[in-house]
Amino acid sequence: MTALSALIRRDIRIALRVGGGALIGVLFFLTVVVLMPFAVGPDLALLSRLGPAILWLGALLASLLTLDRLFMADHEDGSLDLITMSRTPLELACAAKALAHWLAAGLPLIVATPVLGLLLNLDMVATGAVALTLLAGTPALTFTGMIGAALAVTLHRGGLLMAVLVLPLSIPVLIFGVAASQAVIVGPVTFGAPFSILCALSLVSLVIGPFAAAASLRHGLD
Amino acid sequence: MSGLDQGKMQLSGRGVVCVRGGREVFSGLDFEAVAGEAVAVVGRNGSGKTSLLRLIAGLLIPAGGTIAIDGGDAELTLPEQCHYLGHRDALKPALSVAENLSFWADFLGGERFEAAKSLATVGLDHATHLPAAFLSAGQRRRLSLARLLTVRRPVWLLDEPTTALDVAGQDMFEGLMRDHLARGGLIIAATHAPLGIDSRELRIGGAA
Repeated sequence: MTALSALIRRDIRIALRVGGGALIGVLFFLTVVVLMPFAVGPDLALLSRLGPAILWLGALLASLLTLDRLFMADHEDGSLDLITMSRTPLELACAAKALAHWLAAGLPLIVATPVLGLLLNLDMVATGAVALTLLAGTPALTFTGMIGAALAVTLHRGGLLMAVLVLPLSIPVLIFGVAASQAVIVGPVTFGAPFSILCALSLVSLVIGPFAAAASLRHGLD
Repeated sequence: MSGLDQGKMQLSGRGVVCVRGGREVFSGLDFEAVAGEAVAVVGRNGSGKTSLLRLIAGLLIPAGGTIAIDGGDAELTLPEQCHYLGHRDALKPALSVAENLSFWADFLGGERFEAAKSLATVGLDHATHLPAAFLSAGQRRRLSLARLLTVRRPVWLLDEPTTALDVAGQDMFEGLMRDHLARGGLIIAATHAPLGIDSRELRIGGAA
């Protein structure tokens, strides 16, 4: 356990230092959402209808933005070799790294959501719903994205590849995340059904992600 | 720890074949090393010295043959009993010297108080709070060596260990290797320069 908590603490510390990934994601999220009202125009009703989708798209792209470096940085400086050799199972190490990435890059997005909800003319309940769906859904984005990040390690210039590999996997999360938020704002479906599916997607990716990532890292040993 | 006390530990490879990128680097390689012994792997550039170390470390899969350790800790695999000191230092530039080392101490299962002691041994105790980004190549190497001292592993796999070390650093490192061997450890080093300690030569890829 000390090994895993050490790995989580290290990754969070690096992400929060100057040049780390944590701030970049939030700034990107902020930029996308702030620009949207200018693009859509002053139609308040339209803005609040599009609000959840805009917030979700922004959060999705922001969380993918820094994900390709998840294993790449460790691969380049040789840390990944030592992590692979260590007595900690690689699956658990992958899970710890994804958790650290989510804590450093995913959680700030959720914290920023209430502020950005104001810009999109969302009321308190709607903003709360979006934040809740993001809380339930962003772990799925991180843990499925981790598979792509692990595959990208073995290929040079893997960043673009990662986007191509990961985006299709994140489509279900986007669909049910936005559906659950819309259910609160306009109805007619209940919030519970899409939200349950969203939680299920997160739980499944929590299980599959570390194993798939560890398998592709082992396969790509070089 | 117990692995270090067992005098009969023996690392051996039989008919090891290494294939990289579809090209056979070496084949039919036999080697062995017993506890308390240093093996210097020599050969020209591209003969597969680094590949051999990575095969032992489990970072490459042999295309044929076997590599096994006898008499070590039976519950651990060979890579789990190895330290690998490669070309890349496994240091994070954003973290300080002490943070880098204490992370590896925690992650690999060493003691934190050992970390401070080994930083003094490698001569970096004046720079503990300096970010690793500001270290020179020699200092980075010294910090990597501190990792070997902080976490005890019976087998050291060293890839060009003396690169970038100054004369005093090389003397210090020779002392560390002697201590490790005296404690029943085992060293396999890929090197062009003489190791500076008594070692057996393992030549791969024909004459240099």
